[in-house]
Amino acid sequence: MRARMRRRMRSRFRLSPWSTPVLVLAAILITFAITAGPILLAGANPIEAYYLFVIAPLTSGFTAIEVLVTATPILFTGAAVAIAFRAGYWNIGAEGQLLLGAIAAAGVGMVVGGWQPIAALAAMIVAGALAGAAWALVPAILRIRFGIDEVVTTLLLNPVALLLVNGLLHGPWRDPVTGFPESPRIAAVAEFPQLLERSRLHLGFLLAIAVIVIAWYVLARTPAGLRLRAAGLSPHGARFAGINVGRTLLAAALVSGAIAGLAGVSEVAGIQNRLTSGLSPGYGYTGIVVATLGTLTMPGVALAALFLGDLTVGASTAARSLSIPSQLGAVVQGVLLLTTVALLALRRYRLRPTRPEEGGSESAADVAAEVQPG
Amino acid sequence: MTFLVDLLAATLRNATPLVYGTVGETYAERSGVLNLGIEGTMYAGAFAGFATAWATGSPLLGLAAAIVVGLGAGAIMALLTVTLGANQHVSGIGLTIGLIGASEFTNRLIFQGGELQQIEPMPIVNPFAGLGEIGAVFDQYALTWIAFLVVVPVAWFILQRSSFGLELRAVGENPEAADAAGVNVARTRYLALMIGGALMAVGGAFITLALLGSFTLDIIAGRGWVCVALVIFGRWRIGRGVVGALIFSLIFSLQFRLRILPGFGDLPFELLLALPYLVVIAALAISGRNVAYPGAYLKPYRRS
Repeated sequence: MRARMRRRMRSRFRLSPWSTPVLVLAAILITFAITAGPILLAGANPIEAYYLFVIAPLTSGFTAIEVLVTATPILFTGAAVAIAFRAGYWNIGAEGQLLLGAIAAAGVGMVVGGWQPIAALAAMIVAGALAGAAWALVPAILRIRFGIDEVVTTLLLNPVALLLVNGLLHGPWRDPVTGFPESPRIAAVAEFPQLLERSRLHLGFLLAIAVIVIAWYVLARTPAGLRLRAAGLSPHGARFAGINVGRTLLAAALVSGAIAGLAGVSEVAGIQNRLTSGLSPGYGYTGIVVATLGTLTMPGVALAALFLGDLTVGASTAARSLSIPSQLGAVVQGVLLLTTVALLALRRYRLRPTRPEEGGSESAADVAAEVQPG
Repeated sequence: MTFLVDLLAATLRNATPLVYGTVGETYAERSGVLNLGIEGTMYAGAFAGFATAWATGSPLLGLAAAIVVGLGAGAIMALLTVTLGANQHVSGIGLTIGLIGASEFTNRLIFQGGELQQIEPMPIVNPFAGLGEIGAVFDQYALTWIAFLVVVPVAWFILQRSSFGLELRAVGENPEAADAAGVNVARTRYLALMIGGALMAVGGAFITLALLGSFTLDIIAGRGWVCVALVIFGRWRIGRGVVGALIFSLIFSLQFRLRILPGFGDLPFELLLALPYLVVIAALAISGRNVAYPGAYLKPYRRS
């Protein structure tokens, strides 16, 4: 009943397809206006800083490739978060799932010395995806079987995953040669090949693009994708339509965890070539920014990840040449997330101008729908 | 005996930031808003408190600065989720990312990444010092005494016995009915989030102003998320939430002391550090089954 009404209202008040990109662009501009404050505090010129942030990285081949390198892990985590959110499953644990993927990749990478490169890489990728999915399993079961808020459990597992990494690095995996809390180097056959001479761009970038394309196809074109979206839009409606919502949520949670795990594989095999405790400067949380900014669609996630990669490379340039603390990058991310979610919420005002019987009776799934395209 | 006295004293000390945070989060959630900005609010409170106390030499001014920051963080959360009706999960995570980033940015601007600055920690108050060895349990900071003897009973009284508390709970259970009865839903939620934010920030400031006397990165280390779990564990009741905070803190304090004992020293220290988080998840799995969430949890309210 509610689902049917909702559909009617949606078709009657269909918004221009341009409203979403316009609102996202407005959110970016508002973010720049707000972050002008801290830039001025640091004694720099905001216009010059924004030029360094956004434009400068794209003006040289070297930094443009660095943008792709930086975007690689957040393409994975953004896709992971977006898939779970679309199903109405609030996976805030991509950070921990990424770290588990990294542990598995390093573990496999250290023992595959005599293998064929193809077999070594495949083993790492499978192990990393399984480890990420395994880390996502317990919160998913607790949510589906017992109704326990997955936000809390996935969040609490993030520090546990970091402690697990540190435990390994201070214990069994400590580098015996240097004695540093880093794992030994992975076997040469397990390293992702570089895509371009003398650059850090590696196979992980292609893998990330493949994940985005496959996820887009599955979400938009297959029955499984339809079930997932239906579960996110209205669990009751989906159940009424004969969809096993519990199983759909479990699948979304596990796929989300597996993709986040691939982010860890990609960083270990493509960049670090070993397990380190500073492997992820919060890529899991940046995934939430990317998924929201990309309005939970795969093309949107791809664009948003590239944009944030651009900002991150730009932030380190700006930090060096204008001596603005590089922590400004985190400020920009937080403000960007807030302005985006606020502006996308505004969209709903126009979608449903007056519905007396609707006031306050929206389900969590309706809220999930708000960051999806109208 | 010394072991037990020391353990109980540490339990009360380590529970203090969790008590402030859990009471603050309970207010937010009872009004119908899940505030995931708590981790960032505690972080910002810890930094603002420390930086102000360092600059002025007064821990009391530091505390005041933390309260102001907490009120502001609560107001931003309310603007997003109450006025604009934005998604609560994403708003809270965004607030946390933004506040941690802003604190670290300002930390860098003020201290230039130089050597760790220290302030004189808040004094220890012990009215039971005459009790000899057992009295050492009560060697606690003033903020700990205030948490257990003032904040918890007053917050409980306001929530359960005052007309404001009744309105707050009504808004969280059934905003339409509360609105129809003449309660200003938006104003009540703003107040709940701002009071809650102030308490969270004081919890963070306790760590820098009393516990450590300094500010380091990653100082909150997930304590805010633990508070969110404790609220569910306590089923949105202040008393049960405080009991949860004490149990968590007991395990946390115990694992630090176990490390010194022979036999336990061989266990990786990180495994023991992870134990409290795992215990919270296990406790949720056992006690949190099909709990009744506040009626308006996660739902924005829009007046028709």
